Amino acid sequence: MREAVIGQYYPAESVIHRLDARVKLAGTMIYIISLFLFKSFSCYLVVAAFLLTVIILSKVPLGYILRGLRTVIFLLIFMSMFNLFFTPGDIVYWKAGPFQMTNMGVRNACFMALRLSLLIIGSSMMTFTTTPNQLTDGLESLLKPLRKIGLPVHEIAMMMSIALRFIPILMEETQKIMKAQMARGASFDEGNLIQKAKSLVPILVPLFVSAFRRADDLAMAMEARCYHGGDGRTKMKPLRYRGRDYAAYAILAVYVALVIVIGKVWYL
Amino acid sequence: MNWMVQAKNLIYDYLVEKNEEEEPVRFRALDDLTLDVKKGDFIAILGRNGSGKSTFAKQINGLLKPSSGTILVNGMDTAQEKNLLPIRQKAGMVFQNPDNQIIATIVEEDVGFGPENLGVPTDEIWKRVEKSLSQVGMLHYRKHSPNRLSGGQKQRVAIAGVMAMKPDCIILDEPTAMLDPSGRKDVLDTVLELKEKEQVTVILITHYMDEVVGADEIFVMDHGRIAMQGTPREIFAQVDRLKELGLDVPQVTELAYELRRDDWDLPECVLTSEELREELIRLWQ
Repeated sequence: MREAVIGQYYPAESVIHRLDARVKLAGTMIYIISLFLFKSFSCYLVVAAFLLTVIILSKVPLGYILRGLRTVIFLLIFMSMFNLFFTPGDIVYWKAGPFQMTNMGVRNACFMALRLSLLIIGSSMMTFTTTPNQLTDGLESLLKPLRKIGLPVHEIAMMMSIALRFIPILMEETQKIMKAQMARGASFDEGNLIQKAKSLVPILVPLFVSAFRRADDLAMAMEARCYHGGDGRTKMKPLRYRGRDYAAYAILAVYVALVIVIGKVWYL
Repeated sequence: MNWMVQAKNLIYDYLVEKNEEEEPVRFRALDDLTLDVKKGDFIAILGRNGSGKSTFAKQINGLLKPSSGTILVNGMDTAQEKNLLPIRQKAGMVFQNPDNQIIATIVEEDVGFGPENLGVPTDEIWKRVEKSLSQVGMLHYRKHSPNRLSGGQKQRVAIAGVMAMKPDCIILDEPTAMLDPSGRKDVLDTVLELKEKEQVTVILITHYMDEVVGADEIFVMDHGRIAMQGTPREIFAQVDRLKELGLDVPQVTELAYELRRDDWDLPECVLTSEELREELIRLWQ
């Protein structure tokens, strides 16, 4: 269960792991924008090639990455089905009541599935290769200008990194509570939607209670270790751009240019 | 200055709120507690649940402030705001639940958290992290995620996190309560080794009796007061009194005690199984 979480850090020694978190954040943003800006398969060919290169360089096993997709498979299927049966088009293959299958529908369905998969894999590549601490450090440093307008940047970054740390712990706890409730005769997959939702209450209540207790403990442990906000704090791993980070920015620029050019000259 | 902790007439009241209408009820967790801990000593604090031992631990670290009385840590008063950071640096604390005290997702980053807060320069942080991880025998796991470690290993990481702040004193608040026997042994051995090698003062709060046999001094707490005080030998000789206070004695001691009651010629207090074996061999001959 722990392994299947989207975006859990995967420790490995690779170029991508060593890149500055700010580069990876910027890269992910550019990547996501490129996914939504372009609407042709030819562009996605470049996107996919770029993603594949990153995956290979990162040394994260493909199976591990695809396992992350498993958690959203229903969303993927649902969105594809919607597109498949409800998109009007020039050539109608099949029609029954409000449902129809057209050439545009098939295209859109494939496209949405592809876009969503690329989106999830792409953004989870960032969290696979960046420790949450680096990630929040990167975010903190990128958002630093916003501190002038009163945004508590350090606190937000700290909260995010703690949230990420506790995801697997709380997931494990959920499993434990579910098993405990099942052992006492609760069932979670019977009845209609409302009954199912109601059966979640006995899981959520203890989960929240425990989460609050953990938060309290953690706050105390942080205080005991001299945490007093971001002032006067040094960094164990300060962010410093190196040669490879500038090279990565250059590669990103080339990637954007390539996608734009391909999108202009070759529509598929 | 020879004293690590000096508590004088320490009183601490909790406010227990029952519901909106009723006045909150005062619950006295520490009641006129006076206790001194010498530097470099290994002190154990025993007591049943609710005896106030954890409350006392939090007082040493400045997490709670006395309702009245004073507590000096390394000569600094915890009631003064400006002393809090130096006190927390000098007297590090390890808590019961290993999961709820690890902040970072990588072992080494967690150990670096304390020094980061203290504003230690980056190079020095790395040196300290490496040193304290090797002190607790966890250097091999530095790049690991804490989630994949066992409870005992997590506690050792937490101890390393405290050691990286270069403390004079470590307070361990039931550090082994959630661990299996082998994890308990690992953690305890680590603590004792640190005490020997680094001359840190150790204040161990526990209710496992076998862990405190090696202590220099034991305090037994009950209802927020000190009920008994002395060396392990002095304390464990009083089996009946300990049972009255809701505590057990180490298994060997209890066995020897029962045998003595059956008129076996054994000394008043036996602390280790080696000791008992020697005595039994002597009786046999």
